[in-house]
Amino acid sequence: MQVNMLVNGVEVSDDIEPRLLLVHFLRENLRLTGTHWGCDTSNCGTCTVWMDGTPVKSCTVLAAMASGSEIMTVEGLATDGELDPVQQGFIEMHGLQCGFCTPGMMLSARWLLDHNPDPNEEQIREAISGQICRCTGYENIVRAVKWAAAHSQKSDTREEVGA
Amino acid sequence: MTDVKDKPDGVGFGRVIRKEDARFVRGKGSYIDDIVLPGMLHGAVLRSPYAHAKIISIDTSVAEKHPKVKAVITGALLETLNLAWIPSLSHDVIAVLATDKVRYQGQEVAFVIAEDRYSARDALELIEVDYEVLPAVVDAKRALDPGMVVIRDDIENKKDNYIFDWGSGDEAATEAVFEKADVIVEQDMLYPRVHPAPMETCGAIADMDPISGKLTIYCTTQAPHAHRTLYALVAGLPEHKLRVYSPDIGGGFGNKVGIYPGYVLSVVGSIITKRPVKWVEDRSENLMSTSFARDYHMKGKIASTRDGKILGLRVDVLADHGAFNNTAQPTKFPAGFFHVFSGSYDMEAAYCSVKGVYTNKAPGGVAYACSFRVTEAVYAVERMVDRLALELDMDPADLRMKNLLRPEQFPYTSPTGWEYDSGEYPRALQLAMDIAGYEDLRKEQAEKRANGELMGIGLSFFTETVGAGPKKHMDILGLGMADGCEVRVHPTGKAVVRLSVQTQGQGHETTFAQIVSEVTGIPVADVEVIHGDTDNTPFGLGTYGSRSTPVSGAAAAVASKRIVEKARLIASAMLECSPDDLEWTTGRWQVKGDPSAGKTIAEIALAAHANLELPEGVEGHLDASCVYDPPNLTFPFGAYICVVDVDPGTGKVKVRRFIAVDDCGPRINPMIVEGQVHGGLADGVGMALMESIPFDEDGNCLGGSFMDYLLPTSLECPSWETGETVTPSPHHPLGLKGVGESATVGSPPAVVNAVLDALKPFGVKHADMPLTPAQVWRAMQGRPMRTDLAIQ
Amino acid sequence: MQVPAPFDYRRATSVGDAIALLQDYGPDSRVIAGGHSLLPMMRLRLARPEVLIDINHLTELDYIRVDGSFLKIGAMVRHVTLQTSHLAAEYYPIFAEAEAQIADPLVRNRGTVGGSLCQADPAEDLSAVFSALKANVVIAHRSGTRKVPISEFHTGPYTTILEADEILTEVEVPLRSNTGSAYEKVERRVGDWAIAAVGAMVRIEEGLVSEAGIGLTAVRADHFRAKEAEDSLVGRPPSTEAIAEAASLAATHCDPFADQRGPEDYKRHLVEELTKRALSRAMNRSLPEVH
Repeated sequence: MQVNMLVNGVEVSDDIEPRLLLVHFLRENLRLTGTHWGCDTSNCGTCTVWMDGTPVKSCTVLAAMASGSEIMTVEGLATDGELDPVQQGFIEMHGLQCGFCTPGMMLSARWLLDHNPDPNEEQIREAISGQICRCTGYENIVRAVKWAAAHSQKSDTREEVGA
Repeated sequence: MTDVKDKPDGVGFGRVIRKEDARFVRGKGSYIDDIVLPGMLHGAVLRSPYAHAKIISIDTSVAEKHPKVKAVITGALLETLNLAWIPSLSHDVIAVLATDKVRYQGQEVAFVIAEDRYSARDALELIEVDYEVLPAVVDAKRALDPGMVVIRDDIENKKDNYIFDWGSGDEAATEAVFEKADVIVEQDMLYPRVHPAPMETCGAIADMDPISGKLTIYCTTQAPHAHRTLYALVAGLPEHKLRVYSPDIGGGFGNKVGIYPGYVLSVVGSIITKRPVKWVEDRSENLMSTSFARDYHMKGKIASTRDGKILGLRVDVLADHGAFNNTAQPTKFPAGFFHVFSGSYDMEAAYCSVKGVYTNKAPGGVAYACSFRVTEAVYAVERMVDRLALELDMDPADLRMKNLLRPEQFPYTSPTGWEYDSGEYPRALQLAMDIAGYEDLRKEQAEKRANGELMGIGLSFFTETVGAGPKKHMDILGLGMADGCEVRVHPTGKAVVRLSVQTQGQGHETTFAQIVSEVTGIPVADVEVIHGDTDNTPFGLGTYGSRSTPVSGAAAAVASKRIVEKARLIASAMLECSPDDLEWTTGRWQVKGDPSAGKTIAEIALAAHANLELPEGVEGHLDASCVYDPPNLTFPFGAYICVVDVDPGTGKVKVRRFIAVDDCGPRINPMIVEGQVHGGLADGVGMALMESIPFDEDGNCLGGSFMDYLLPTSLECPSWETGETVTPSPHHPLGLKGVGESATVGSPPAVVNAVLDALKPFGVKHADMPLTPAQVWRAMQGRPMRTDLAIQ
Repeated sequence: MQVPAPFDYRRATSVGDAIALLQDYGPDSRVIAGGHSLLPMMRLRLARPEVLIDINHLTELDYIRVDGSFLKIGAMVRHVTLQTSHLAAEYYPIFAEAEAQIADPLVRNRGTVGGSLCQADPAEDLSAVFSALKANVVIAHRSGTRKVPISEFHTGPYTTILEADEILTEVEVPLRSNTGSAYEKVERRVGDWAIAAVGAMVRIEEGLVSEAGIGLTAVRADHFRAKEAEDSLVGRPPSTEAIAEAASLAATHCDPFADQRGPEDYKRHLVEELTKRALSRAMNRSLPEVH
């Protein structure tokens, strides 16, 4: 079947099997391999992307269901080569180690900051509670999001995109 | 530690952001499943639904007719290649594909190779296997019962499920100590089967070039060189035509040390199809078949005087090794380093025994950041010390303080023969207590108890045992555990360092550049780290057991020192003076008494490649290498304190605070060290409170997905509070000790001790991990459950 | 990664279209809403429908509104919408409490109220919530709609009274004065299914309990309901004794079984403990003057 979507601002279309998962469509058909996968039961959140402005687990969305939607992946976080404050925050505060959960974590963080520019620790922890990280013990992810909150200038424009 | 940016030219140790992050935050890492080769096929493994069953027949004919299937491999085919069984790392064999029987649920039975991953999965359903189901050995405690079904009837004359007995220490001396002790406490405890569960599962792409005969294996391996040599030894593949390449790895924690059947099947598949074959396990395959960790049933016994001087310790272990004995550890040590179990305490005698048995469960045993079973050892001694404190009605901090090894006892030879290199234990414990506000916490606890509220404070003090290891003491399958390192300074003064070890998130690309920088004065930004590619790096055994910094880090330091010494000779030629007249300042040799006359490392590097006439015996270029055979292990240590609140109505545990003081010697990059500690603390909360892989009576794995195998989220983890002391290793060239697994080793007993401390008003003395709400409630009822079996 | 077996995909454009598609494709077709229960089961190949009918674009079913004496919740309301709905919280704080504990934020962004009920997982939370609130479900079929009390909707684990060509379109909850509600859940870890959970609704008029609802999940309570406990409360003044008696009845009349979340005795204990807590909080909320 034919699907069309806007991925990181680019129109894409392809002929796919109806059963193709969105995560595989992004990774294999579009070769956007920044979106990872880590389980089969929708528990780990490694595959998180934005669909129509909302973070979702792309292993639990069919590419067919996403047809007509806007998708944003980690590859769409930076603007004109300039890192999003969330990306910079993860670097500055050592919010990543192996890097595998990182794209999903950053996308949840960006969404949180767009809706709550100055979140407290509990709100940050809640926002990423559907995503597992095995390396950081979450502490530096929380610090990275706080860093990004303190250094964000982009949330206004982002909200328009995600609305 | 000062900030690198404050040092001349961003040189050496200190907090510096990581080189690898630039690609990771952009989604530009390259993990195994990101790699696509031209013409690549996809493999999928058919696995046994049964824990123990005879294979009557396997019919692959329908699967082979699937239009997208290229090949189906069974054990029968592997037998013709002599690859159905391969040697394990522990004097045993493992089945690549089952031929006679399946021996655990999830064992590999057949391998489908297809044009795409969806079709490969579809074709698995088209394979017909006829099984005759056998009774399963599930309870390790009954594995040796008379009449129990024999799992390993493939071994000639095997009549039971026994693997080995092993002991360490002086049993007679230990028993003598127990004879004279005022107080003896005994406690049975289980360190349950858990899994490293890195976010990225294991996988490989094998690419055999049919013309050149060169086989490239892209693989999620923590030990690329060891893999290459083992492939050569086992499959008879010519080692010079083998290249093992580790791409970015999404976490390892020990899960990615071993060679799994799926890797071998990818290789066979590529040879058969003459195309690259990718196999990446799904999460259930990861949890059910690749290396588990722990599974130690321990019987502890501790002796002391009435006033709390520990005299001796004995631990007898029943080790559940699963269906094949495939623990990855130094050859001479079937229980890894468990015999460091006397821990951080001064005692007269200690003895441990370990009995290994087969069960119908996945093989493995050493994994999950355990430093070769130091995790189990620390848990045993730290639980026993707390049990003793309960018996003596002493504060567990006081009891520990009274018995910790004193600084003047180092180097210290333990009752089982380990030589601890250095330590200042009371200082670390005191610091942890100060950060925690220990006295105030105890006061708060007393007030809460009076109101019926359950608050617990748990301590643990651990001595890690890492950096395996000295050739004179250990090897893995005959391979010495020395690691190589090569450093090259290019003509313009930029350096490349090549490593045998392999990062899985530890940040080697940054920290090893810092090591070279610290010694040579070349800025961190100007040092490139190359690793994970056997064609381009020197031999070594890889990254596990927290060995990268103590072994490979030492190799990098020594090679860098050799660079500096060679630079001195070249500088003396450039400055036309004697080498003895030169002194080293960061990145520069200069004439003693005339600092204006000197040559930077970059100037020296250019001269070394130019037409300068070099002194007698000095070759051109500015390169050096080292193969580092560590003289001893290193012994990082730490003091941890955990504070929990327990809901008395539901048994739910909330970790309120966790204080971790770690001493790993000098810190290459404090930011990375702290991050490693954080991750290990989360591991500890997970193991103590939620992770386990039990089995039902039929041998069904009850921890085979992330719905059942629970990992801690951001909401179960408190904001970690860390502290540090610095006690350098006397034998490491830079005093470094390693830290990767310290927190995973040290934290579980702190959490468990805290929960049991909270339950003290109920008279609870012990309950096994994981301390789920149900287990805590049952403990309060005086009926804790076995956590290795299905809940009844 | 595990992947679903092949199937066909159709996107419904309206409720009528969805029903027509269900009729066309018959019993091997299934409606997919958020998909967070169905797709994992399909990946594990525990479910293998031949046709999926996607109702995610039926925005006509995405509403929370007061209509007459009912709070009406469309079947396509996402969990996050109900969790954050001021309107729903104004009448029944149980919604926000329960929703905050369903799965995780990402799942709540996609999962739907209707999907959760129709999946009929025996540990599903909203089933207990709506049971406590004595809600009705509205079911559309080719010739109209029918309304069924929630207590008749589930017929067993993973089964409901929905016919193959019917879809759930709405849940309606009676509005009540002087009413409090609360949800109590214990899980092994955030995001896990409940070990046991209890929803409570209590209406107090003239100092007596005039109406009580107690919903239980994950403990094999008949229709997710503790009927005997509810009955014991009605007509009595709110008191710790009444609560204790109801909690004890709730624990007695459910039928939990041992699994890796806990043994039977613990789950029964939890039902008693959580019923006490939920009732107590619900009563306090129905009697604001107490505080």
